[in-house]
Amino acid sequence: MGDVILKVEGITKTFPGVTALDDVSFDIRSGEVHALVGENGAGKSTLMKVLAGLHKPDAGEIIYQGAPTQVAGPLDARRKGILLIHQELSLSPELSVAENIYLGAWPTNRFGVLKKRELRRHAASALDALGCGFGPDTRVGTLSVAMQQMVEIARAEAFNANVVIFDEPTASLTDTEKDQLFQTIRGLKARGVGIVYISHKMNEIFDITDRITVLRDGQVQGTVDTAETDLNQVTRMMIGRTLDTYFIRAKAEFGAEVLRVEGLSKAGVFRDVGFSVREGEVLGLYGLVGAGRSEVVETVFGVRKADSGKLYWKGGEIALPSPRQSIDMGMALVPESRKEQGLVLMMGGRENTSLPHLGLFSSVSIMNRPKELAVFEKYRSALSIKTTGPDQAVSQLSGGNQQKFVLAKWLCADPKLIILDEPTRGIDVGSKSAIHELIADLAQKGLAVIVISSEMPEVLGVSHRVLAMSEGAIVAEFEGDAMTEENLIDAVSHHRDDAAA
Amino acid sequence: MSHATDIRAGSPLQSVLGWLLRNHIWVFLALTIIVFSWASPYFLTVNNIGNILTQGAFIGILAIGMTMVMINGEIDLSVGAVLALASALAIGLQDHMGVWPAVFLGLMSGAALGFLNGTLVALSGMHSFIVTLGGLIGIRGLVFVYSGENALMVPDFSYTEIPEVYLGPISLTAMIFFALALFFQWVLSSTRHGRETYAVGDNIEAAHDAGINVKRHKIINFTICSTLAAVCGILLSMRLGTAEPNAGRIWELWTIIAVVLGGTRLQGGFGSMWMTIGGVLTLAVLRNGLRLLNTPNYVELMVMGAVLVLALVLDKVLNHKGYT
Amino acid sequence: MGQTINGLLRRHGLALAFLVFLGVVALNADAFLSPGNILDVLRQVSITGMMALGVTFVVLTGRLDLSIGSLLTLLTVIVVDQHNIAGPFPAIVMTLLAGLAVGAFNGVLVGFVGLNALIVTLAMLSFLQGLVLLYSGGSNVNVANAQETWFAVFGRGDFLGLPVPVILFLVGAVIAGVVLQFTTFGRRVYGVGGNETASVFSGIDARWTVFWTYVVSGFTTGVAAVIMGSRVMGAQNTIGQGYELTVLAGVILGGTSLLGGSGSIWRTVIGISMLGFIQNGLLLLGFPYYVQWLVTWAVIIIAVWIDLGAKRGRIFA
Repeated sequence: MGDVILKVEGITKTFPGVTALDDVSFDIRSGEVHALVGENGAGKSTLMKVLAGLHKPDAGEIIYQGAPTQVAGPLDARRKGILLIHQELSLSPELSVAENIYLGAWPTNRFGVLKKRELRRHAASALDALGCGFGPDTRVGTLSVAMQQMVEIARAEAFNANVVIFDEPTASLTDTEKDQLFQTIRGLKARGVGIVYISHKMNEIFDITDRITVLRDGQVQGTVDTAETDLNQVTRMMIGRTLDTYFIRAKAEFGAEVLRVEGLSKAGVFRDVGFSVREGEVLGLYGLVGAGRSEVVETVFGVRKADSGKLYWKGGEIALPSPRQSIDMGMALVPESRKEQGLVLMMGGRENTSLPHLGLFSSVSIMNRPKELAVFEKYRSALSIKTTGPDQAVSQLSGGNQQKFVLAKWLCADPKLIILDEPTRGIDVGSKSAIHELIADLAQKGLAVIVISSEMPEVLGVSHRVLAMSEGAIVAEFEGDAMTEENLIDAVSHHRDDAAA
Repeated sequence: MSHATDIRAGSPLQSVLGWLLRNHIWVFLALTIIVFSWASPYFLTVNNIGNILTQGAFIGILAIGMTMVMINGEIDLSVGAVLALASALAIGLQDHMGVWPAVFLGLMSGAALGFLNGTLVALSGMHSFIVTLGGLIGIRGLVFVYSGENALMVPDFSYTEIPEVYLGPISLTAMIFFALALFFQWVLSSTRHGRETYAVGDNIEAAHDAGINVKRHKIINFTICSTLAAVCGILLSMRLGTAEPNAGRIWELWTIIAVVLGGTRLQGGFGSMWMTIGGVLTLAVLRNGLRLLNTPNYVELMVMGAVLVLALVLDKVLNHKGYT
Repeated sequence: MGQTINGLLRRHGLALAFLVFLGVVALNADAFLSPGNILDVLRQVSITGMMALGVTFVVLTGRLDLSIGSLLTLLTVIVVDQHNIAGPFPAIVMTLLAGLAVGAFNGVLVGFVGLNALIVTLAMLSFLQGLVLLYSGGSNVNVANAQETWFAVFGRGDFLGLPVPVILFLVGAVIAGVVLQFTTFGRRVYGVGGNETASVFSGIDARWTVFWTYVVSGFTTGVAAVIMGSRVMGAQNTIGQGYELTVLAGVILGGTSLLGGSGSIWRTVIGISMLGFIQNGLLLLGFPYYVQWLVTWAVIIIAVWIDLGAKRGRIFA
């Protein structure tokens, strides 16, 4: 491991209502792979965006190659030798590989005519250095995701990058593709490039990285050598909030079965998924991002189509429903993405709350505004939502308050089953514990609840029973004393190792 | 046509199919030519082909500029009005300054209005549909203000002889169309501006992040589009010897139809001048062929509408994955 | 204090500018704000206004309808021609049904097949123009017994001192406004336009919602055609040409967003009326009719830019 090439010191970044980064310091040495880990919302992506010049920090310094540096933007970062490889690739599918590698920095003559030969030659040598199986003239849109990622990595060669930041690079790769990627990363490392590796996947992190820096709630929890630590220690550093958060679990008094799923499959997404949930029960569904959790519940709810599978509602078999039928039966889905799937942002709380139940809030198709207002007020005070009024656009509210409106819009019709997909992602601690209390409360009242979360303490803390999901299949089920972090991690990671072997 | 060729791994047959999927306009064109050659003995004659090319060239020149704007991810509804203004100025100013200065000013009016459209789009962030819809209405107003709602007559009819230059059956107008199409195909495929036009239309975030000056490309493309509309207007004034204040009405719609029919994507990032040539020729062949068959002109309009919807459905079915 | 004035200008700057315009015209042309002239303006905007009511539904879902100009021509030809053949009442029924059918066809292609709205309705514009010529055989049609038929009432009649077309427009506006603001359908329209994905996650069938907005647009164009036929007592083959753009201009001027989800009937009525008053005021001031086009251009750009700037918090993108 070589000298420090990039160092951040005391970086602080606040957004309205949230401190995303709080006095963060860490460094990257040349020829190392440095993992950046933390739960969702810990500040990894904000830190990454600061490094790539997409965010300006409020305080702190970036010291690059020994001198304080201002990064003006992604192109500036790239020119300086800092390359960010995003989860969502920043490529133009219709352009060629060569053009994408040098996007924004094409060689031209004085009249703006491209020097195509030069461009192609440079791109070809970058591709050769990586050992890519495609040429510089290939249209990027025809490449697989893994190959497209190689195009982005080729930018590191092309721009002689000193630092390359990978953000969840294996999220949509097969295992073979992952191995190839790791080889590439090792190649970069051997050439003295400093690599930042952001991932949720612990086995990968222990596989490829040299040091691990853990972030939690915007603060650095520590940096450790990978060789001298273990999964347990890192996980504890990541979640370590057993001290400041405690979960209330509803009393385990279960009624009749509400929903049973059998053999639900969708090619390439999930396979042979089966589970059931009873009245008064909180069923946890744990899995890493990309395991197929959201896809399963969205299929059950009817937003997605399945290839095969059976659904039983209150004991009777039903056809896979449409969302409308699901809602009318008494199913509710608090979706993963609040802003894209959960709310109509330009509408107020009143209209968002009644949107799934227009039939209940109307007679002969005329909206019953007093009823809407009454329900709005009821949930505003019950969930203590901070809003100036029923028609304040929800886009103006904080994440926590937005999420409460998503809950209100489903609770107001007294569902029998409520599915919560990452219900506390990206919201403040206060709202989090309010939502945890609410989950217990709902189960106590006899609702069946399914909670999806990639936060282990949350899923363990609120559930009566936990299913572990990995790569589109349910791989284990835990109940009672068996519900421990170790077991859950084992189930998810061993399965992955088995699949890889 | 190497640019549009698709380099996919696979057999030659697959790559031919892949190419056809992305260039289905040539299948359309071939079909229409076959049908009309079979239906009318006059269709596939040298004279008639010359006619088709000349008739198609006017919409064609507009379509070249529209293609630039559309690949960039925008739309220009004002081309018909710009055409009318340039045509009116080129004829109306001849009395004061002579033929060529008048023609030059006509061209400049197009460039200026295009620059205005582009600047408004770039600075305000408004949708170009709105900006150029305003332009469509207002620029037509300028034409009427200038011409006082009268058709302007050319003072010296030698003006109408300028485009009477033929290379075999091909008129000067058609030659200008093909020359411009080839030139702008070269711009699209070989210059930084052209390639960055694709990049902006394809993935504006990625282009912006890569430091590409998105606004500048938009302004340049709107300027090109309106300048070409002015070229079209001037050629039309030479052909007719008059400038009608209502010239070019709803031509913007025909132009959009030609470009979309060719396969250029309305959302940007995909398309080429080859496709546009295909679309323009298909449109021209359809119009010419139907007239040769003495079909009433309503058939032409209805066929056009049907073909456009068909092209759209085909596109959706065939290229479903590429269009998400 | 300075901030409030600034904010006020930003939010209502255009309304203020319009009031100033009204004042200037009124000072220079006494007749401008007389009840008679105002009714005249409303009578002129009743046709575009009626069409704009339906188009507002379509635009609120984030779609477009460019076919309405040709549709207006077709339906006007139908209503006039059928009036001569079958009599006024069957003619009106047929016209409205034809409008609904064309709207439904657009709705299927855009809502269910999922084709691009701009191109589909552009294709429909061309197709319907052909249908007009097919139907009319290229000649203009006129109402044969123009002096005797009660059909004249829709375009030329008065009721309680108000022109009937104005009454139709205003009643239509109230109904459309009530539907959008107070019914479940209206709520679905705003939902789909505001966030289609979230609406689907809320059990709303976006395909049907989009479908019905095109049906509404077809229907309002049918009503507009009845007014048009009754006013002109005849129909040329180009009578509705360019109406689609005027109508869109009015809707946009009112501040309804082309992206969907924000806007209202009220705004459309204001936008369309503004176009009418600008046209009328400029004529009263002695300008030739085409000067209104220049002013419309400027007003559209300024109005939409201000609106966007206020939402964004800064003027430049």
